[in-house]
Amino acid sequence: MQAFPYIPNTDADRAIMLERLGVASVDRLFEELPAEHRDPQINIPAALAEADLVRLLQERAAENVVDRPTFLGAGAYRRFVPAITPHLVSRSEFATSYTPYQPEISQGTLQAAFEYQSVVCELTGMDVSNTGMYDAASATAEACLLAVRVTRRRAVALLEPIHPNTVDVVRMYAFGGDVRVDTVRHATDVTAEHACVVVQQPDFLGTILDVEDASGAAHAAGALCIVVADPLALGLLRAPGDAGADLVTGEGRDLAGPVAFGGPSLGLFAAREPFLRQMPGRIVGRAQESHPPAGASPGAAPRTGYVLALQAREQFIRRERATSNFSTGQSLIATAFTITVQTLGPQGMRESAELCYQRAHDAARRIATLPGFAVVERGAWFQEFLVRAPMPPAALAMALADRGIIAGLDVSDRGEPEAREATMFCVTEAMSPAHVDALVQALSEIGARS
Amino acid sequence: MEIPAELRYTTEDEWLRLEPDGTATVGITAYAQDQLGDIVFVELPEIGRVIARGEAFGVVESVKAVSDLFMPASGEVLARNDALVDASQLINESPYDDGWIIRIRPTNPAEIDALLTADAYRSRLPAE
Amino acid sequence: MIEDVGARLSFDRGAPGRRGVGVPRWDGEPAALPDAHLLRESVRLPEMSQNEIVRYYGALSRRNYSVDSGTYPLGSCTMKYNPKVDDLIASLPGFAEAHPLAPAEDVQGVLRVLFELQSHLGEITGLPAVALSPAAGAHGELAGMLIVKRALERRGELAQRRRVLVPDSAHGTNPATAAMAGFTVQELPSGPDGGVDLATLEAALGDDVAAFMVTLPNTLGLWERNIQRVVERVHAAGAFVYGDGANLNAIVGRMRFGDLGFDVVHLNPHKTFGTPHGGGGPGAGPVCARAELAPYLPAPVVVQEDGRYALVRPADTIGRMQQFHGSIGVLLRAYAYIRTLGCEGLRETSGNAVLNANYLRALMRDHYDLPYDRPVMHEVVFAGTRQRRRHNVRTYDIAKRLIDYGLHPPTVYFPLIVEEALMIEPTEAESRESIEMLAGAFIAIAEESERDPELLHDAPQTSPIGRMDEAEASRHPVIRWRPREA
Repeated sequence: MQAFPYIPNTDADRAIMLERLGVASVDRLFEELPAEHRDPQINIPAALAEADLVRLLQERAAENVVDRPTFLGAGAYRRFVPAITPHLVSRSEFATSYTPYQPEISQGTLQAAFEYQSVVCELTGMDVSNTGMYDAASATAEACLLAVRVTRRRAVALLEPIHPNTVDVVRMYAFGGDVRVDTVRHATDVTAEHACVVVQQPDFLGTILDVEDASGAAHAAGALCIVVADPLALGLLRAPGDAGADLVTGEGRDLAGPVAFGGPSLGLFAAREPFLRQMPGRIVGRAQESHPPAGASPGAAPRTGYVLALQAREQFIRRERATSNFSTGQSLIATAFTITVQTLGPQGMRESAELCYQRAHDAARRIATLPGFAVVERGAWFQEFLVRAPMPPAALAMALADRGIIAGLDVSDRGEPEAREATMFCVTEAMSPAHVDALVQALSEIGARS
Repeated sequence: MEIPAELRYTTEDEWLRLEPDGTATVGITAYAQDQLGDIVFVELPEIGRVIARGEAFGVVESVKAVSDLFMPASGEVLARNDALVDASQLINESPYDDGWIIRIRPTNPAEIDALLTADAYRSRLPAE
Repeated sequence: MIEDVGARLSFDRGAPGRRGVGVPRWDGEPAALPDAHLLRESVRLPEMSQNEIVRYYGALSRRNYSVDSGTYPLGSCTMKYNPKVDDLIASLPGFAEAHPLAPAEDVQGVLRVLFELQSHLGEITGLPAVALSPAAGAHGELAGMLIVKRALERRGELAQRRRVLVPDSAHGTNPATAAMAGFTVQELPSGPDGGVDLATLEAALGDDVAAFMVTLPNTLGLWERNIQRVVERVHAAGAFVYGDGANLNAIVGRMRFGDLGFDVVHLNPHKTFGTPHGGGGPGAGPVCARAELAPYLPAPVVVQEDGRYALVRPADTIGRMQQFHGSIGVLLRAYAYIRTLGCEGLRETSGNAVLNANYLRALMRDHYDLPYDRPVMHEVVFAGTRQRRRHNVRTYDIAKRLIDYGLHPPTVYFPLIVEEALMIEPTEAESRESIEMLAGAFIAIAEESERDPELLHDAPQTSPIGRMDEAEASRHPVIRWRPREA
């Protein structure tokens, strides 16, 4: 019998165990299973030894082109993540531990989660945060469902321009909850039918919004204001909680590690205090030890620890009456996010956000000077800008690809006037200046030829 | 298990005490709080709400369980024990006294007569 | 002196002006920043040097138990070994640096791996329509139940069929998911043998039922003897059979959901396929369905045409589960795991998982009450009722005392239909000696509960922290750092 590296029992072990059970073979333990369907033919390749596995996957990885200058953003951003982050979260005590249902031996996970909740509250200006949800889009959908529960209104409004995939995910959750989803062009289009208005900050086309306008309009209609915020941008921009937001979601993946083809992700979810008990997901709370430890001096104070709190909201207790079915989240990604943000610290968050802003604005300024090219003017913006070229976006992308550069996102099929004929380029603090030089050079050549 | 003789009871482990002024006080029994464990949160109804017998008027949450609270008799909510907001453990410590939950004005006295007596309630509980 | 690590968060450490890492300066012509009212002064965050951060989070990690430290016999969690080569593969730059919106021709490598994973999961389950994008088991359940909802909608039966049946032994996510999908939930009492009771099911079925959600083997670790008749009756009533694949480790490579007639199932790679649990995620929740349900799968799925791979949106999709394509890092690890084992290895996995659980049951059965006296599959449920009855020692105390033996407790108080439940799943990743040691610890604790119950009531004594006042933590929640009042 072939030995597998993750299965310790040998034939000798199995023989001893089978003898104790009085059973002739392992297969006999499956006799209750219907004979006609037992041991089916399963067509997957034969087992690979580790060296062969690594070689195979290295080939696959090499088939992905990842070192070219790339100017895509649209919800997935190359960020500066300090080396300390992957180092710490690859510790197997963090990576291979279970959900902290036994708090006495899970204080690492629980205290790290409390740190995460604290950091998210500081970034967003909100009162309370959960331990994280799947990603920004699903967290936003859950925020919409919370607004529906709290206001008892059956429709939600999404302010355009917003990420089309976020709209898609909200619609899916709304299909489950029998809720109507409207997209609106102005915050003032929100009516008394809407439980909330969802506002992306910066918006999908890169513009920095005045959240106070949106929250004012929402509240005037008796609706909640949900802000989906870029967490690095929050190093520079006013906290949504200070501008009237009721709930804040966002995407934490890109500060936790590389873009990784889009996942695993991390959905930030923070709220004002009155919504604490309506929040889905897990919440960690501070607790005191019931008795001082053995060996403590007489009169010693009980120690501080952390526990899963308010569990009575969750699925394993409330079952069909739970606020959400949410169970396993993105705990390790949340720990990585926290370490990055804390390592950057207050100065680093500001500096990184400003560096991102300056690199993007410098690239836009240089492109705007190229004959035949224009950068669409639309007020304050953060890291993404709209470029109109002498040719349509598809042709521009091909011309750049010929020069080994991946263009930004073609947004010309959107309804907004500023998106007409436009390609959305993204430049972040982590993109190489040489790549930006290459882009400007390439566009200059492309413009000269047309 | 304490089951005061002067109170009336429901099959959902609520108690009701008819007050001299015709109002009634409602809470959950010693058995109920023991089953739930340490109570951490109570959702109380709005004052003035009129709720029918058998309908849920609130929710009680412990660390490991959650339970609806059902009206023993139809009535209007006159008062709620706001001390429970900050000290939900009063229900565990003093379920028939400081741990009272709401006070109502019953709209149908016949419903109160239909409630269980202390002996009838005791006989329903699992043998100790 | 015993340090109170929990009392000092990062915000309480460090000092003003300390930096964890430098950030490059912008040395060009600076563009004007937006208007001040759009900006903030600063973010209140800790200021620690990098070495302080490493020591602090390093210290936190050492307060954690983990699979790499010892056994995790958690029933229904399948806490098996997380292969390190799978981590290596997921971190290869070709995968790690790929942008989700990159042109398909630039990401053929990762698309091919995902396509092959879809095929392998289709083969393993016998349900060929596979979508990889859900982020967790519960998320996959939601996808599955929305697929059912869309299918009913297309049949013109959705208005009529809004009731979902669920065994009372089901994991809480099942009824919670059905409610999120817009159905009402009816829980069916299990039969005396712990399985689905056919008569109860028959009585509950009707033309207003949308689906029956069932875990296989069930949450007691027992094979559903009636499963084929269950499937037949549910289908005869015009409803769907949804399979919760959390316990796949018991039957992987030996039995397929599709062959038994299931319509749609979800899987948990962070259980069956050994991806790391991370203290509570990330996981993934692939959903696998009968071919006819393929148009309703959540977007995107990977297709292959003329040797080229692409992401497509199924024709009548229920929508997207996430902003992008799924928890790719987790899926890559699951793929590596499946390729390491192959079909033979998967059969060995379930074989040893079931052998280990039955062996553990034989070793412990004289010392703990066994609510269902039947051979088990990959997990065994005992009850602490004997200890409670005789010595006033509860399952909770037994669990806490195991910690003093250097072991993680099993799942406790689940499933809800067993009083004082102790659900133990060793997995195939534990050796015979480690199972004997685990049984030995349980037996020693049973003896302690007789001799000296206080030892259990005070446990754990040797962990980084003892029992905490969880009630107060929920009664007056403190869930973020605040500066101390001056």
